[in-house]
Amino acid sequence: MIPLPAIESELDRFTPQRQPQAAAERLLALADEVLQQWVVARGEVPTWEQREGFRLLSLHHQGARGVPSFNACRESCREIAYHYNLIIGEPDSSLCAQRQRMMAMLTKHLLLFVSGKMQVEGLGEFCCASRPLRLEFQARESQTRESGSRESQANDASGRLPKNACSPVPSPLAGEGQGEGYDARAEESA
Amino acid sequence: MSDMRVKDRKVEYRRVAYYPGCALEGTGHAYNSSTKAVGKALGLELDEVKNWNCCGAMEVKNIDPKVQTYLSSRVMSIAANEMGAKVVMAPCNGCYHNLKKAEHDLAQDADSREVVDRLSKKAGHATYRPGQLETIHALDWIKHGIGEEGLKGRIRKSLEGLKVANYYGCMYTRPRHIFPEKDKGPGSESTSKPHFMDDLLEAAAAESVDFPLKTACCGGAHTLSDSDTSTKLVLNILRAAEAAGADVIATECPTCHTGLEMHQVRAEKVLGEKTTVKMLYFTQLLGIALGLSPRQVGVQENVSDGLELLRSKRLA
Repeated sequence: MIPLPAIESELDRFTPQRQPQAAAERLLALADEVLQQWVVARGEVPTWEQREGFRLLSLHHQGARGVPSFNACRESCREIAYHYNLIIGEPDSSLCAQRQRMMAMLTKHLLLFVSGKMQVEGLGEFCCASRPLRLEFQARESQTRESGSRESQANDASGRLPKNACSPVPSPLAGEGQGEGYDARAEESA
Repeated sequence: MSDMRVKDRKVEYRRVAYYPGCALEGTGHAYNSSTKAVGKALGLELDEVKNWNCCGAMEVKNIDPKVQTYLSSRVMSIAANEMGAKVVMAPCNGCYHNLKKAEHDLAQDADSREVVDRLSKKAGHATYRPGQLETIHALDWIKHGIGEEGLKGRIRKSLEGLKVANYYGCMYTRPRHIFPEKDKGPGSESTSKPHFMDDLLEAAAAESVDFPLKTACCGGAHTLSDSDTSTKLVLNILRAAEAAGADVIATECPTCHTGLEMHQVRAEKVLGEKTTVKMLYFTQLLGIALGLSPRQVGVQENVSDGLELLRSKRLA
């Protein structure tokens, strides 16, 4: 796997190419790579399946399972796929350079979101996912105390999340119907 | 509620209950004044919800989501039961989102209904029942209350030559299940590619640039706990807007707007990355197109100095 800083550096250096299809393929591969790292950090094996013809969308679906806030990057993934199609479909278009530029910026945004989320798990949850963070945090704290382990509190030296760190912890008030403000299944099935 | 015909909406939206929310009395003051000014210019009436309270925002929601549902329901109860309103308009994405979420929770979850009923009785007001009220955003209000054609007929200062990147942020469209009226085909808003702001500003002759980051995450409330991530995300949004050729980013949420403005400043200070694209509320741009002065729509209150841009486009 390519380290995230190396991907960021490549994206920062990106300029539109004379062979737009090759550029689109490379940018799509980098976007796949970003999502693979998220999936691996959650202790899963990245899927090779495709959704709507893109592994990227399948990886996003996999990465968002149980993490509704990961849908905050769903549109970025779809826009990357859309721009890929535009570039591949119309390589001679006068807009091709601009489309490459935008595809690179979308991939950069995906990288920033994912790398931010790998450092601060709650990124995106406070806002659009409507997730009651505090309850989950309390539940996690309580679980950690009970197990006597503080492993789930921090990232390891590589900056990756420990296994299951992203998995939702049942709310202590779940039995009372707390936390239904978001519906993970509704988002996942989208 | 969500399947009202367009002609019904034109009547329903002519006079709506107005829920400005806390942000519009603080950092988003210019959004408040410009929304009111635009409404007045368009002949749309706003009745501010009496004695309104916080919608529960993010903070309460994270402590106890049911208290947030109650707080939002109280606002809706006052609008519906004490003011007799059928529609409440919230221009802030956070308020709009929370009222929609409360509506969804109350319709779907018996426990939420029980808690809201108990707290409402304790507080001494009627309990809000799901379906009593339709919650709309300022974009819905103008889009359906006036429409593009109606707007075109009222334009006094064309925005022609102004290139706009329309930024909607996340809470206007996510999570999708609390917005059942969206993604219903022609005439409805899209959650993946929202376009109501594009439509309205284009009716005023502005040029919407192709801006694929219109719903991209800005780091939002993480700005306080993880400022660098937020700054980098915002910087990428600003750069994409500039790369798309935009003169200005139009916003429709006080939190998004403030986030873009403040992180533009921070990106330059902390990362040494300067961007020059300006930020204006869509209501400020529409107000100017309707013949209002920049001062009347609060341009001077923005951190991002849009006045120079407006002057360069002969709009001020």
